[in-house]
Amino acid sequence: MRAPSGPDVAVGDVLLAVENVSLSFGGVKAVNDVSFDIRKGEIRAIIGPNGAGKTSMLNIINGFYQPQQGRITFKGEVRSKMRPHEAATGGIARTFQNVALFRGMTALDNIMAGRTLKMRRNFFWQILRYGPAMHEEVAHRRRAEEIIDFLKIQEIRRVPVGRLPYGLQKRVELGRALAMEPELLLLDEPMAGMNLEEKEDMSRFVLDANDYYGTTIALIEHDMGVVMDLSDRVVVLDHGIKIADGAPAEVKSNQAVIDAYLGVAH
Amino acid sequence: MGLLYQIFIDPFVQMGTAPDLFVQTLWEGIVGGMLYALIALGFVLIFKASGVFNFAQGIMVVFAALTLVGLYNAGVPAFLALGLTIAVMFGLAYAVERAVLRPLVNQPDIILFMATFGLTYFLIGVGEFVFGGDPKVMITDQLFLPKGAVTYKALGGIISVQKLDVAATVIASIMVAGLAVFFSKTRIGRALRAVADSHAAALSVGISLEQIWVIVWFAAGLVALVTGIFWGARSDVSFALDVIALKALPVLILGGLTSIPGAIVGGLIIGIGEKMWEFYWGPLIGGGTDAWFAYVIALVFLLFKPQGLFGEKIIERV
Repeated sequence: MRAPSGPDVAVGDVLLAVENVSLSFGGVKAVNDVSFDIRKGEIRAIIGPNGAGKTSMLNIINGFYQPQQGRITFKGEVRSKMRPHEAATGGIARTFQNVALFRGMTALDNIMAGRTLKMRRNFFWQILRYGPAMHEEVAHRRRAEEIIDFLKIQEIRRVPVGRLPYGLQKRVELGRALAMEPELLLLDEPMAGMNLEEKEDMSRFVLDANDYYGTTIALIEHDMGVVMDLSDRVVVLDHGIKIADGAPAEVKSNQAVIDAYLGVAH
Repeated sequence: MGLLYQIFIDPFVQMGTAPDLFVQTLWEGIVGGMLYALIALGFVLIFKASGVFNFAQGIMVVFAALTLVGLYNAGVPAFLALGLTIAVMFGLAYAVERAVLRPLVNQPDIILFMATFGLTYFLIGVGEFVFGGDPKVMITDQLFLPKGAVTYKALGGIISVQKLDVAATVIASIMVAGLAVFFSKTRIGRALRAVADSHAAALSVGISLEQIWVIVWFAAGLVALVTGIFWGARSDVSFALDVIALKALPVLILGGLTSIPGAIVGGLIIGIGEKMWEFYWGPLIGGGTDAWFAYVIALVFLLFKPQGLFGEKIIERV
C-alpha cells in the first residue's frame, strides 16, 4: 500500500517521456497525441477501457510499433521512434498480455534467455564450453537462480514452460524480464486471468521488484483495486486519447475517467 | 508358401550365409544415409530458427558445389576457391536475410515458403548464367580428398570401402556433432530456439532476429557446401543433383523437422533401409525400389507418428 499523494510523490528524474505521440493503423487512430512521462523508481499505471490504446502505447515504448508522430525521450536521448533492439539494450524489458514465453524451453532456460544481452563471450569459447565462456555461463546462471528464488519458482525450473499453469507462466515471464536487469519494466496486464491469491502474489513481486531492484515499472492493469494499491501515478487513456494523469486518488474521482469506464451518452 | 518364404525367411538366410555382402550393403547404406542426413540438417537448421521450410536447400547444395568447381575451372587455386565459396555462402545468407526474410517478417509461414521457391529459381538462374549448365567434375584430388578403395578380406569374402566415403562419413559426423553442440549449449543456440518459439518475446529480450537468421542460413550454406562436395564427387556437379534433396523430405518426416539428432537418425534409417530393401527384397519385384522406398517409410510415419522420432511434442493446453 502506498500513501495516496500528489504527482510529486514520484521519486526521481524523468526516465522516459513520450510527447505528442500518434499512431494509426489505416484509418484507426490507436494512439492520438498522447504525452506523459515515467519517473525513475516509480510505478506508473496505464489504464483505460478495452481498445483505449494501452498496449499500443507499450509497443511504441519498446519499439514494436513505430509512431507516425511525436517523440520519445529515454534517458535524456530524444528519438522519433524506438527499435526493439535499442529498447532492449537501453534497459527496457517487458512482459506480454498473452504470455509470450519460449514454450519449448524450461523455466530456467527462459530466464537465461533474458541474460542474452549480458553475455558477451565469443562463439569459439562457447563451442568449447571452456575458459571464459564457462566462467561467464556460471555467473549468469547464479543470477538466474537468484531470480528464481525471488519469484519462488525453484521447483519448476526444469519444467518446459508450455506445461505450466497460466499463473506460473506469467511469473516465469516476469522472471525473464527481470533477468535483463532492466531500468524500465513494462508489464502488460500482469494479473489478467488470475484469481485473488495469484493477484496478491504477483502484486507482491511487482512491489518487491520496485523496492528491491529499484526497477521503474510501467504497468497496464484492469483491476482497479490493484492499480490503486500499486501505483504512484496513473495515466488514463480512452480511444487513444489521454483523458487523465495523476495520483490514483485523483484519477479515481475524475469525472472524465468515470464516464469513460461507465459510459455516458455523448 | 514359396512367396512367404522368399519374403520373410530367405533374405535373412542370405544375410547369415553371406555376411560379407551384408556388411557391404550396410556400409553403403550408412554412407548414403549420412549424406541424406546432411541435407536434412540444412533444412532443420533453417526451420528451427525461422519456421520456414526452405525449399531452396537442395539448390543451395548444387549452387555451392557449382561455385567451388566453377571458380577452380576459372583458374582459382583449389583451397582459395573453397574459401571464396564459403564467402559466397555467407554473402548468400546475408542477402537472403536482407532481401527476403526482413521484408517478410511477421508474414504467414506459407508466404516465406513461397519466397524460398523464388530463391530456388533465382539460384538456378544465377548458377547457370555464371558457371554454365553443363555437368562438371568435382575437384576431389585438388582438395586432397582420398580416392580409390580399400578392400578387406573378411567374413568369408571381400569388403570394399571407398576412401572418399570414409572421408565423407568422418567429416559429416564431425560437422553434425559440432553443430549439435553449438546449437544446444551456447548463447546463440538458446537465442535460436527462442526465435523459433516466439519472435516478439525474442525481440523483447534483445535477441537480434537478423543476426540469428544470417547465422543459420550461413550454417545451412556450409552444410550445403559439404554435401555438394561429396555428392558431386560420387556423380558429377549439375542441377540434376537437386533431386537428392527430395530424399531429405522422408528423412525430415522420420526425424522431426526441428531435431538435429533426428536428421541424423532419420538419414541413417532411410539410407540403410533403402539399400537393404533394394538388395534383399528388391529382386522379388524387379528392383528399382530405392526410388520409392523412402517415401513409403515416410508415409507410415505420417500415419502413426506425425511429429517424427525426435520432433518436439506439441504441447496443447486446453
